[in-house]
Amino acid sequence: MNASDRLFEDRTPGVEEHEPTASYLTYTVGVGLAILATIASFVVAQTNLLWPPGIPVGLIVLALAQIGVHLVFFLHLGSGSDNTNNILALAFGVLIVFLIITGSVWIIANLNSNMMPMPAQ
Amino acid sequence: MTSVTIDRAPTAVPTELARGRGGGGPASKRVVVAFGFWIFILSDMVMFSALFAAYAVLQGNTAGGPTGAELFNLRNVFIETMCLLLSSYTCGLGALSAERRRPARFLIFAVLTFVLGAAFLFIEATEFARMVQIGAGPSRSGFLSAFFTLVGMHGLHVTSGLIALVYLVAQVIAKGLRAAVLRRLLCWSLFWHALDIVWVGVFTLVYLMGAP
Repeated sequence: MNASDRLFEDRTPGVEEHEPTASYLTYTVGVGLAILATIASFVVAQTNLLWPPGIPVGLIVLALAQIGVHLVFFLHLGSGSDNTNNILALAFGVLIVFLIITGSVWIIANLNSNMMPMPAQ
Repeated sequence: MTSVTIDRAPTAVPTELARGRGGGGPASKRVVVAFGFWIFILSDMVMFSALFAAYAVLQGNTAGGPTGAELFNLRNVFIETMCLLLSSYTCGLGALSAERRRPARFLIFAVLTFVLGAAFLFIEATEFARMVQIGAGPSRSGFLSAFFTLVGMHGLHVTSGLIALVYLVAQVIAKGLRAAVLRRLLCWSLFWHALDIVWVGVFTLVYLMGAP
């Protein structure tokens, strides 16, 4: 496969098409970053390193960062122009996931606060 | 005024090189298969998002039963997380070895992946058994129903992944690393990495936020 052929070939998620040594390196860098994010999450949750009311936000940020690391280093979803289809599908999936989760939480919280007070059983 | 410029071919991408872009024929089978499987994974994510939403809604409805803070053991969850993360890593290295036609190295990484995944499942199963034993089973409260559905569904995915891995290793041994087997391996590694992404959501939302 020559250089121009590689340039115009579509990319798939999960396929690494660089030099051999770079690939093993990609996974190793990825797992290192993911372990760092995981340890940071557990430390933040169990200590007062963060301002306590801000801990959930901190955890969400760390989780999103780790998901990003997984997508880039393990699933090889980059920003290259040859990755457009995969990224577009992912963007649609993220939109649906966001709508389902925030929509459910929002609606049920509203219903909850409009409920009549129930007598204790 | 002449029509010279009209006759000149535009200096664009030579179309015979641009596979899957209208010229040079359709995209390779490998690209099509992986994209289709990627769509399946995204639909699986949408299903998980419904379970996450159910859990987020039912989290507080403990019906006087035990709360997450009383039930969860974060040390075990951390070990589980590391098992799954490292199995994702060895899965990636195994897929890479298969790409490079290194069957022996692939088999070593596949065994490592299986052992780490099985360790994850073992810890999860013992946790579930312990919870059911102390009367905190799925029928105790809305919170526990949602917990067992969400975490159990992820566990079922891991179980089916392990079964598929055994099947794939048998195929590699019987048929060798031919193109069709490599495509299945590619899909399987996508599935396994996606499960790890779901687990990031589980340990953050369920365990870390539930056990302050």
